[in-house]
Amino acid sequence: MSRRFTPSVVTANALLSGEAVWLSADNQWTGNPREAALFTDAAQAEERLAWAQGQAHTIVGPYLAAAKPGADGPEPTHFREAFRRRGPSNYAHGKQEALCRG
Amino acid sequence: MYCYTEFDEAFIRERNAQFRAQVERRISGALTEEEFRPLRLMNGLYLQLHAYMLRVAIPYGTLSSAQMRQLAMIAQRWDKGYGHFTTRQNIQFNWPKLGDVPDILDALGAVGMHAIQTSGNCVRNVTADHFAGAAADEIADPRPVAELLRQWSTDHPEFQFLPRKFKVAITGSPNDRAVTRAHDIGLRMVERDGQPGFEVIVGGGLGRTPLLGMVVRDFLPRADLLPYVEAILSVYNSFGRRDNKYKARIKITLHELGLEDLRARIEARFAEIRAEWRGADQEILARIEQDFAPPAFRDAPVDAYTRARAADPVFRAWADTNLHEHRAPGYAIVTISTKAHGATPGDATAEQMRVMADLAERYGHDELRISHEQNVILPHVHKSDLPAVHAALKAVGLATANVGLISDIIACPGMDYCALATARSIPVAQEIAQRFEALGLEQEIGAMKIKISGCINACGHHHVGHIGILGLEKAGVESYQITLGGDGTEAAAIGERAGPGFAYDEIVPAIERLIAAYLARRAGPDESFLQAYRRLGAAPFKAALYPEEKAYAA
Repeated sequence: MSRRFTPSVVTANALLSGEAVWLSADNQWTGNPREAALFTDAAQAEERLAWAQGQAHTIVGPYLAAAKPGADGPEPTHFREAFRRRGPSNYAHGKQEALCRG
Repeated sequence: MYCYTEFDEAFIRERNAQFRAQVERRISGALTEEEFRPLRLMNGLYLQLHAYMLRVAIPYGTLSSAQMRQLAMIAQRWDKGYGHFTTRQNIQFNWPKLGDVPDILDALGAVGMHAIQTSGNCVRNVTADHFAGAAADEIADPRPVAELLRQWSTDHPEFQFLPRKFKVAITGSPNDRAVTRAHDIGLRMVERDGQPGFEVIVGGGLGRTPLLGMVVRDFLPRADLLPYVEAILSVYNSFGRRDNKYKARIKITLHELGLEDLRARIEARFAEIRAEWRGADQEILARIEQDFAPPAFRDAPVDAYTRARAADPVFRAWADTNLHEHRAPGYAIVTISTKAHGATPGDATAEQMRVMADLAERYGHDELRISHEQNVILPHVHKSDLPAVHAALKAVGLATANVGLISDIIACPGMDYCALATARSIPVAQEIAQRFEALGLEQEIGAMKIKISGCINACGHHHVGHIGILGLEKAGVESYQITLGGDGTEAAAIGERAGPGFAYDEIVPAIERLIAAYLARRAGPDESFLQAYRRLGAAPFKAALYPEEKAYAA
């Protein structure tokens, strides 16, 4: 029996910078996780992941990450994804830096 | 220190040019990620949670001031102004851009450094006692042999695709500061009948199956070293398992074959190949040894040191914890702590690196070392220069007097950076250090080694910590398991698991209860935590960690 599908976003790392990126509803890779498209349908999520796997010129290692709808876009359900979208806890680097710059 | 020959320089230049072309082809789309990944890993380039990470080898932990300055330049120009010294005596840059990595590698090559074999199933950076060549308790400097091993194993065609990674550590001192029993091969310099040789230990390793290495040869004559190491690797290459990566290290080969069988195979292979070694290795070793000739130590009064000790309690506290005995009269080994309370263990800013490089050049015979405990060492400082060294370190936040104490914590990058991690390590280390500083108990507690890993792979050496902390995931949250009684020295021991894990916000209070139990039960201030644990056993410490269970039992 296959595992029950949980709503997911498609995420990866950008090829040039290595930063975490998410797939938006208009098929763009965005560094802002709030702009990620949340897929609630398993077939659609798998189809978008398969498409992402063909994007090797832009991104590396796409995968489906479980998420839930939130007030400001999809929110991660696992702490690893929460760290990925925030950045490290010892310095305000990564995504936090981008947010600080406004 | 070893200086690259024309051969070394040409080799690195060629490798770097190859990698530059590989990066260009990856960016142009000519190479897929599947094709590129093994190529980038061969050059130390990982992809982590937030960015690429470049792991640069610091062979046997030894750096010149020029090399340290170049690391500072790289940190500033291509990273976020800092670097992270690791438990493998390497440095990692956490934020390089893919397109910049070829330039970074060229900058490293310009000072005789590279990132080759810092990843992959090959012989990794050979590690050594960080006090090598300076320690008073040393038989001989192990670094010439470590350099010989580095040259022999670099790009060795037979050993590029081993069943799994392979780590060699070497010590020239009976007091083991290189954790030799937790390496695939541990080498300890010994003497027999006045002849120099090695005790050869095989099959140690931490990770998901922590095992201490076993002695496969109690005395190996010095000239037999490379053929014997080749025999070990050759047997491992043939018999190491390739069907299951969790059973692929030589420690598993050792336990599946048994020590006698493995030894017999190694000795048979050694007998087979020994005659092929006709002495070229010993000629190369003799040349390498010239590069490691001890510096010209000066004979000078130490009055300035004595006066500073008497006059300045801050200097005295630092001298008491951060200095070790040097083999030359009037000299000291300085350990620079990267563990200011609340700092990230192992991190140094570009400015701090430059200050350390300047101090090494001016006062330290141009040498620095990186320890597996993630500190930086000035191995040769005359005591009369220590007040000036201390003042310069203090100005850049590097004069923390805590070496060997509870805040001198080893921590892997954990889930703040690492794609393999299951929990964070760095903030746990930061909070423990800050908590015990706030309590003012650090000196009172005395010798203590806390080691933290953010996953079962044990880069933070938690198994050999007096207190080990392993971060895992349990039911969707971070959970921290405590091990007790580990030891990384010549009396090596794997710590015992204390019981169920603690949530992120429970781990620091749990450590505090553990320390309170130790302070209450120790025989006196001279009995360390580890000694008390060995005398008392785990029971009183478990009772302190899990008070509810005790209440239920009563």
